[in-house]
Amino acid sequence: MSPGFPSGRAAGRGKIEALAHILSLSEAIRETVRDGDTVALEGFTHLIPFAAGHEIIRQAKRDLTVIRMTPDLIYDQLIGAGCVKKIVFSWGGNPGVGSLHRLRDAVENGWPQPIEIEEHAHAGMAAAYSAGASNLPFGMLRGYVGTDLVKYNQRIKFIDCPFTGVKLAAIPAHKPDVTVIHAQKADRKGNVLMWGVVGVQKEAVLAAKRAIVTVEEIVDDLHAPPNSVVLPSWVLSAVCEVKGGAFPSYAQGYYQRDNAFYKAWDVVARDRATFQTWIDRHVLGTKDFAEYKRSLEGATSHA
Amino acid sequence: MPEAAYTSDEMMTIQAARMIRNGVTLFVGIGLPSAAANLARLTHAPDTVLIYESGTIGAKPTVLPLSIGDGELSETADAVVSIPEIFSYWLQGGRIGLGFLGAAQIDKYANINSTVIGDYNKPKVRLPGSGGAQEIAGFCGEVLITLRQNNRAFVKKLDFLTSGGYFEGGDSRQKLGLPGKGPTNVITDLGILTPDPVTKELTLTSLHPGITVEQVVAATGWPLKVAPKLDATAAPTAAELSVLRDLNERTARAHAGQA
Repeated sequence: MSPGFPSGRAAGRGKIEALAHILSLSEAIRETVRDGDTVALEGFTHLIPFAAGHEIIRQAKRDLTVIRMTPDLIYDQLIGAGCVKKIVFSWGGNPGVGSLHRLRDAVENGWPQPIEIEEHAHAGMAAAYSAGASNLPFGMLRGYVGTDLVKYNQRIKFIDCPFTGVKLAAIPAHKPDVTVIHAQKADRKGNVLMWGVVGVQKEAVLAAKRAIVTVEEIVDDLHAPPNSVVLPSWVLSAVCEVKGGAFPSYAQGYYQRDNAFYKAWDVVARDRATFQTWIDRHVLGTKDFAEYKRSLEGATSHA
Repeated sequence: MPEAAYTSDEMMTIQAARMIRNGVTLFVGIGLPSAAANLARLTHAPDTVLIYESGTIGAKPTVLPLSIGDGELSETADAVVSIPEIFSYWLQGGRIGLGFLGAAQIDKYANINSTVIGDYNKPKVRLPGSGGAQEIAGFCGEVLITLRQNNRAFVKKLDFLTSGGYFEGGDSRQKLGLPGKGPTNVITDLGILTPDPVTKELTLTSLHPGITVEQVVAATGWPLKVAPKLDATAAPTAAELSVLRDLNERTARAHAGQA
């Protein structure tokens, strides 16, 4: 079974080529993410697909270009585990706590391998995802003028508005090979419902060639009010039920953000050895997210 | 009533909060700006509309969020919109009156650095980067900046210009076509700096209680202009201190409690 390329991605537009397969997360990652791919694991503070990130680490995917507005702990872990060749981002910190130490160690010292960075501001990343979803070559916005980002990122350029002559910034569209997001619910056909802070997930999914969604639960009926964010099954490659899969971020209506974990991560990630021990024990040493959660409960601290 | 004892950080946060007019639409960054904005909302400015870049409009958190998108924000918001929408329709659309930013470095034209200390390609310290800061600095009607004042932060030349204040001074900001007025006040732990109306160079205009001009000049990495007549910042009132401390205590309890 191979995940389908949803309609609108491949040449034959307008025809539903495949509904999302309900798969286990390990199958979905194995069949969808390849070494060297450009991958976007999105979710703005809320609904961060940590379980999927861990599965990428377990399956030792390599040379990935990873796109995310806020790398957060999920990319700190992928970087420290040696999965990442290049990162495209706009805010690389541990929110409210401080640095992402694994990201910093890779940028500042090339550990565990040198990392290429492509840096934007939030509005530029949002415009690039929107352009990708809209099949436009670039996203456009005001801003960036006079700032130093344009000196170091050659992918930020300026164009003149053909009508008014106003100078506007242009960013090439984000077109991930794979986008992975986490959502609250899917139905048995693989239609997905999410709510709360929905970030840039819809755009990231529609910009990608393939898309995986992990959900808190699969239900008979989504009971989705009109206008709520529903991603129809036929734009997705795989849907996986992973209860708690956004931990330590949160899933509104299910569980809160574990702010204490975010604080504890600062200590784990600050040092290469403590990070290595943590990732070996809790991620590489467990078979799935449920076992990972149990292994954390068994630890005296998050470390 | 005797004057309450307070820290310089409390003075800074309380003074920053005082500069928020009731009813303003306020796009706020995490950390000190968020603390000041919520203090304002809990004291003199209950109708302030707090907007966080996670897309939460009209958030009314009872504790300070640790991240910019905590559940506390979306649960209390009037509206929650997507990231492309908050940046394009609301911020770039010109609907936000006031932006509030922190920084690692600031120069005399209130340009700020939150990206890197040292060389960009060989950084001494890699900081988180812009996030939404360069857009907030560009598109809000006006901007407040708050940070602790010392020689490492108040520098002659930024290591990296993340977000524009007045760029080269004078009318250079307007020439770049940025619609917002730019930073109107920089609130530090020592005093308040405001841009000169013509040159746009930051000028010390108010001293916090117990602080001397010499102290502020010594904490600034360029020859600091000082207004001929300095205002004296009012000390924090017991009421302001009590609301701020309650807020910080509630926040600390909430953030520790979810291990």
